[in-house]
Amino acid sequence: MKAGYYWLVICTLLAASGCSSLGVKPWERNLLAREDMLMDAAALDLAFDEHIYFSKEASSGGQGFAGGGCGCN
Amino acid sequence: MQLSKKKVAGLLSAATCSLLGSAAQADENPWDVDSAILYYSETDRVMAIEPVISATKDLGDDASVSMKLVLDSLTGASASGAVPSTMVQTFTTPSGNSSYQVNPNETPLDDTFLDTRLSYSMNWETPIDRNNRRNLGFNVSKEYDFFSLSGNALWDHDSNQKNTTYSYGINVELDAIDPVGGAPRPLTAMLAQDKTSGTESRDIVDLLFGVTQVINRSSLFQVNLSLSEASGYMTDPYKFVSVVDVTGEPTSQLFESRPDSRSRQSLFGKYKKMFSNKDIFTISYRYMTDDWGIDSNTFDFSYRFNMKEGYFIEPHLRLYDQSAADFYRYFLTDSEPLPQYASADYRLGEMEATTVGVKFGREIAEQHVWSARLEQYVQNGDGSPDVAFGQLTQQDLYPDVDALILQFNYSFKW
Repeated sequence: MKAGYYWLVICTLLAASGCSSLGVKPWERNLLAREDMLMDAAALDLAFDEHIYFSKEASSGGQGFAGGGCGCN
Repeated sequence: MQLSKKKVAGLLSAATCSLLGSAAQADENPWDVDSAILYYSETDRVMAIEPVISATKDLGDDASVSMKLVLDSLTGASASGAVPSTMVQTFTTPSGNSSYQVNPNETPLDDTFLDTRLSYSMNWETPIDRNNRRNLGFNVSKEYDFFSLSGNALWDHDSNQKNTTYSYGINVELDAIDPVGGAPRPLTAMLAQDKTSGTESRDIVDLLFGVTQVINRSSLFQVNLSLSEASGYMTDPYKFVSVVDVTGEPTSQLFESRPDSRSRQSLFGKYKKMFSNKDIFTISYRYMTDDWGIDSNTFDFSYRFNMKEGYFIEPHLRLYDQSAADFYRYFLTDSEPLPQYASADYRLGEMEATTVGVKFGREIAEQHVWSARLEQYVQNGDGSPDVAFGQLTQQDLYPDVDALILQFNYSFKW
């Protein structure tokens, strides 16, 4: 599990440094522009999951703002 | 008392009108409407039905406004935190006006659990200039014993030909908690019903820093760092901690006690990749740690098979584990002094959870899509911990949670 954490730290540092060697030209975005390639595709599913796991576990959030409080935990 | 059916129907129609009313003036930018209903059912425990409607309107020039309405109806039994006994146990309901009994060797559940939650949120996104956008949002939600108001602001900054997006956000949430029968004084006996009247409160401030990076034409990743500071009433007013004697039999039930602040940090990463056949692989990981002593890991995998006929099938696997809060206790013993904090809430215990599911969807007409999702969620902890003794060694002190999740979605332009 710790390996995943360290991997994420490395990615964060890479991303923060600008990643100027990565990326595409504006006319190469046809696949990335698809709805199913959005980072928040299936937003309602994500919101349902966030609510379920918030009420059953001690962790929540990470992906964005949860969108409203709940007295379930 | 719940929100009355008439009230809920009135609120729903008013909000639906406000969501969709202006669409009657048809123009070239219709509303994108997402609707869904969730059915959640735990074996012998909680059951929830949650309809949602969300609508987004493109205002032109990259500006948009979105609204969402959620109704959440819960019934069923919830584990109270008390340990099972070889004898019949009697518990007082939260109102203090009645009681219920739990059979020998059964996990004490409070089956008076019943609630309705109504939540409304709104977001407004506008461009600042070519490379900057802001998103402002607010949310209000109401349950019988809980009221929450929150507002958030998010700033997205594009750089590197829009291949790198930096996100900075803040969310402020104000909660008011009005427990049924009053808020129990921490670690006082259930039988004493020593409760304070009036409303308790809690404030939460979340900060988010995120980076989304396009890797190439078919893949991208996102990393978010989140910080959360909560202060105020964090205790669950309906949970107990049992005090047991030398034989392991409970002699009294105390109301739990939690610290009045909590600091959380989480690091979240997500990667998406589309293959040449248009299938999409998504993986994410979240590490969370807090000053209550809880560390957790969440892995999430999905693979979307995009079929040529307009169908998609998406298997999903989620793996979760967490360590216990420092003050989590299966029970207290009558020979020890009372600690400052103690909770037997299973959600603060050491556990693992697995979700396995599949989603199926189809575009039935241009921009009209329906989908269905079926998942099973199973949560396990150590039901026979080393600290158990006497009759407790014969009991399951951490029963599994086994839930079925069924969801239908329908999205359309209106």
